Amino acid sequence: MLVDTLKTELELEVWERLDLVPDPELDEPITDMGFVEAVEVCDAKTVTVEFRLPTYWCSPNFAFLMALGIRKEVMSLPWVAKATVQLNDHCFGDEVNEGVNSGRNYNAVFAQYCDGADLDEVEEKFAAKAFDRRQETVLLGVRELGHSPEDIVAMTLGRLQRIEFRGEEELRQKPRYLELLTARGLAVRPDDLAFPDWNGDPIEAEALAEHLGRLRSTRINMEFNGAMCRGLAKTRYKEVKIGPDGPTLIDFVAGRVPPREGSAARS
Amino acid sequence: MFKTPDGKEIFVLDGHTHFWDGSPENQANVHGKQFIDCFYAYHTNLSPAEELWEKAKFEKYTEDDIYRDLFVDGPDDMAIIQSTYLRDFYKNGFSSIERSSTMAARHPERFIVNGSFDPRDGEKALEYIHYMKENFDIQGVKMYTAEWNGDSKGWALNDPSAYKCFELCDKLGIRNIHVHKGPTIIPLSKDAFDVHDVDHAATDFQNLNWIIEHVGLPRLDDFCWIATQETNVYGGLAVALPFIHARPRYFGEVIAELLFWIGEDKLLFGSDYAIWTPQWLVEKFWDFQIPEDIAQERGVQLTDEIKEKILGLNAARLYNVDVERKKAELAGAPVQIAAE
Repeated sequence: MLVDTLKTELELEVWERLDLVPDPELDEPITDMGFVEAVEVCDAKTVTVEFRLPTYWCSPNFAFLMALGIRKEVMSLPWVAKATVQLNDHCFGDEVNEGVNSGRNYNAVFAQYCDGADLDEVEEKFAAKAFDRRQETVLLGVRELGHSPEDIVAMTLGRLQRIEFRGEEELRQKPRYLELLTARGLAVRPDDLAFPDWNGDPIEAEALAEHLGRLRSTRINMEFNGAMCRGLAKTRYKEVKIGPDGPTLIDFVAGRVPPREGSAARS
Repeated sequence: MFKTPDGKEIFVLDGHTHFWDGSPENQANVHGKQFIDCFYAYHTNLSPAEELWEKAKFEKYTEDDIYRDLFVDGPDDMAIIQSTYLRDFYKNGFSSIERSSTMAARHPERFIVNGSFDPRDGEKALEYIHYMKENFDIQGVKMYTAEWNGDSKGWALNDPSAYKCFELCDKLGIRNIHVHKGPTIIPLSKDAFDVHDVDHAATDFQNLNWIIEHVGLPRLDDFCWIATQETNVYGGLAVALPFIHARPRYFGEVIAELLFWIGEDKLLFGSDYAIWTPQWLVEKFWDFQIPEDIAQERGVQLTDEIKEKILGLNAARLYNVDVERKKAELAGAPVQIAAE
């Protein structure tokens, strides 16, 4: 029997790894979105993670990506020998659970549902959107500090790295933006431009406003979807009862959704 | 009829409503249950507390309910009923043109009933389009690209089989194609909510009006880009509009984007009844102003004239409703209190 304190500690380690798994469509951590419902460590080497999406109909390819991301992050902990991922109540749940726990590699799992194609196209599309959203926050933050369009489009990576933001969202998104710039090779050396577009092309000073207009659309859509997903995740499995004081929303299956173990200590 | 606080009468044509049966008796399997459960989660997530319904009523409401909620308690002058079959999920279909037309026959002056077809049915789909035109004289159809049909878990508007159907619609004068981009499943290598097929279909069928419901959400950004380039693409506001209550600032951002990219002449009000009822939506919409900073950033305003277009005049144009004549007709046949 695993000592309770050790069990809790290991589960917290798992939760921390899960913070690194994003919802690819929203570019937000799945833990932050409230998708992860249970983490269970059995004998100091076996982990089970259960997750549930806001609806039964959420995009199956993203469900797959999240399930595979969970497995990869959990397996990266040195003490984990076996990780099982379970997606609950989803229209493609059986296929996702079978695929992710089968031990087959990522491409082999997908190929059977894509006529041999892979997920590159859809991953690329959403990586571009994530980039746009992160870049907009940083660009607007820099503009807020009084930099002119000419100065902004000529700004180097080195200079951006030295800028200190105060706003919460800028502080959150700046490291995420820099990480994506490096990972994609869009800006690597200190004298590389800090604000290329997704194709790696420089932005002209007079085109900056239009560029920001496009980024704005991407961000508004992602924020809207994020708000929708959070809301739906909250109301799934709830029903209305109309009493003497009018309608109220209650959990109609008490205990159906397992508590998030370790979440109290964590937050 | 919606009466503004200063007494002006606004014509309301609700562009997106349903008369469904999602009750357990009609559910064919777990997917049918999960489909109506998902609708119910939208309802509970975004409705004001006092507008919430119990589950059983939500699953199956009566002919009296819809008439009362839209026209007696609600501000609608007319409503478009959309058909959604979902034959793989519901024994008698989720909402069919036959059941909706029977309901609408009690008040034909109030309803426009749209049909639906599934291009994957091939020849049968073409026959069905003829059947709907001859028997119900439809002016529009509702397309649900995420519908399951045997092994197929979704289709695209630019599939060759779909083009055959749209050619026939064009020939028969069925000009309004409402599109709901639900999540398609296979192939997983594509974005399940991709809206780019709209671009192809709208370009290739210039005679048809393409009304993209839920303004392309969750792909609003991609949709805005496409709609800007096509003169025959419209946006239905269902699902975006209820945010006006729960998240008014988000709604302000969305409507500002839509006015900037698509324009005031191409947006259509829709309550998505029975997911939401129109009374509170129209009231809040009339009261709404885009927050100053957002309006300034995008250079748009939501004036009373624009609201009037969105609430009814734009849809009336697409469905050849002579608004003044209709107003006079409805004034002569006032709303009846439905028999309980």
